[in-house]
Amino acid sequence: MNDAFARPASVLVLGATSDIARALLDRLVEDGCTHAVLAARDERRLEEVAAELRAAGPTVSTLAFDATEVGSACSVVDAGFAGGRIDLVVVAVGLLCDQPEDERDPERVARCVAVNFAWPAAALARVADHLARQGSGRAVVLSSVAGVRVRRSNFVYGSAKAGLDAYARTLDQTLAGTGAGITVVRPGFVVSKMTAGRTAPPIATTPEAVARDVVAGLERRSAVIWSPRSLAALFTALRLVPEPLWRRLPF
Amino acid sequence: MLSGWGRTSPSAARVLVPTDDDQVVEALNERASRGDEAVIPRGLGRSYGDAAQCAGGLVIQTTGLDRVGEISRDGTVEVGAGTSLAALLRAALPEGWFVPVTPGTRQVTLGGAIAADIHGKNHHRDGSFCRHVVSMTLATPTGVHEVSAESDPDLFWATAGGMGLTGVVLRARIRLRPVETAWMWVDTERHRRLDDVLEALVRLDTTHAYSVAWLDCSARGAALGRGVVDAGDHALLAELGPAVRRDPLAPPAEARLHVPTLPTSLVNRASVAAFNRLWYATHPTRPGRLQHLGGFFHPLDAVSGWNGVFGPRGFVQYQFVVPPERPEVIGRALERLQRASAPCSMAVLKRFGPGDPGPLSFPMAGWTLALDLPIGPPDLRPALRTLDHLVLEAGGRVYLAKDARLAPATFAAMYPALSAFEATRRRVDPQGLLQSDLSRRLRIGPGTR
Repeated sequence: MNDAFARPASVLVLGATSDIARALLDRLVEDGCTHAVLAARDERRLEEVAAELRAAGPTVSTLAFDATEVGSACSVVDAGFAGGRIDLVVVAVGLLCDQPEDERDPERVARCVAVNFAWPAAALARVADHLARQGSGRAVVLSSVAGVRVRRSNFVYGSAKAGLDAYARTLDQTLAGTGAGITVVRPGFVVSKMTAGRTAPPIATTPEAVARDVVAGLERRSAVIWSPRSLAALFTALRLVPEPLWRRLPF
Repeated sequence: MLSGWGRTSPSAARVLVPTDDDQVVEALNERASRGDEAVIPRGLGRSYGDAAQCAGGLVIQTTGLDRVGEISRDGTVEVGAGTSLAALLRAALPEGWFVPVTPGTRQVTLGGAIAADIHGKNHHRDGSFCRHVVSMTLATPTGVHEVSAESDPDLFWATAGGMGLTGVVLRARIRLRPVETAWMWVDTERHRRLDDVLEALVRLDTTHAYSVAWLDCSARGAALGRGVVDAGDHALLAELGPAVRRDPLAPPAEARLHVPTLPTSLVNRASVAAFNRLWYATHPTRPGRLQHLGGFFHPLDAVSGWNGVFGPRGFVQYQFVVPPERPEVIGRALERLQRASAPCSMAVLKRFGPGDPGPLSFPMAGWTLALDLPIGPPDLRPALRTLDHLVLEAGGRVYLAKDARLAPATFAAMYPALSAFEATRRRVDPQGLLQSDLSRRLRIGPGTR
């Protein structure tokens, strides 16, 4: 069960090998999480993460899946819940897409949307059922500021994240009164293996900082967690920039 | 959605509000034969944490089982589990009887009083609630048991403080206390240092039936733990003036004010500091004041829904007890919370007498401090972890009826008789159907997470 500070005893992490998920797992285990189900694509890396985590104490089981196969979402989530009650589900499935190479390539656009939107949204739908049946529990979804106001320079990824963000926030509304809930996390540019090779903007953050903000945001019962928190004001402002001006901005 | 009084961890469950015993028995039998759905009793939802909720299961809200029987000449009475102490007082006080033990509110049920083995300002003399329970009728997944401390001491004492995990109390026969009036003689002492507050409690406990201290948690340095001690005794009829003597047993008035859940917490460091200063300033030392027992025992009942002032995030109440020789933990606890910049809107200190045999019953001889702490300060959680360790190291424990955040291992270390409790529980509930969010969080019982 989650405690008064929203610290879970059991977690299911979809996309467990991502740097943010790993940093979050470390914090949750430090704060008393004793059971983790980890799911990811790369089985070898998944086993590495599981072994590292086990060394810190909790029982860990693993599941492999491929987020490009949208039909697999339901069975992966069911398998994640098969071992008993899950207090927190972390949805950290995602892939940064290459622009401009991808934007006109139908196959690549479909793949980017599948991994960043379709698979996680389908998984969330199933997660919502499980959590509502449990009468308690929360899902935290890694969205991105890229989806808040989609920019020319990464609009394939940004629009997929925008879709996921909107789906997750609205799904949360439907869960009122069930004991279940969904929290959206909007990190800024995170220096991690996903963004390796890209130039970091002035307000870049780290997986560890995002993990800290997520845990604090869950404790505050925020519906949306910005990381860093200052991005809330910046992107609220960017959202108001008129389209003709927006088109001329260099990013 | 159900939550405790602190509103920190709501969860959803089906709620059954039975109007007779058979419905409870039937619900338990049905689940025992199917073996799938967890169940827990709930009274008025005044435990602060997650004790009276059962996510995804069945919550049996006992408030419909509220029959108050005839009070016998020796002062015993059979009371339905869902009867509030307020309702019991309304029935008993006009006949010259008072409840043997009352917490700071009348809005708790008899079933809850047993499940938490509640204590009051008279613990130093009279022990906790279940000491005054003659017998109880307990519905369990394996049948209905008539239990007394003589007939089945293991089950009786496991139920005392057992947080509803041994079954649903249907009714109980309790021993009331005779009183001549509904009035109290109250001596108030204000002290500038914690040591003086402690000394006053020790001294006043030898001469008064009831005692409690309010502490100013904002006071620092030499004034750390300064506070106001109230000690009281029931007033005799002959001691009352003519005005009150006309209706000496008038029951307490019901709440006239209600607080809705506010959109944000009003409890912050500034408001708490101001409140504490005001309270301290307006409660000077004053001997021999006559006060109605409603105001003396249940000051918070004047405002219903007062937990609403903490806003949607809610609050935790942290209550611990440490042995008599370890009072320094009190000061260290206050200091640690101050270092965390965690406002504490209420701090109540009391000296316990010897504890009773319940394996999960909270009271034990020593000092107990209860602290109301709004969720919000980032350092509150680590600070409470530190307090857990201080309390555990001193040989003390944390009160389950208030808890919403203890770690399973810390809990098990604080309650070494847990295995005896588990053994009794297995006897009446071998399938482990009786579960609450608290029992799952603290891993009481089989296979829960």
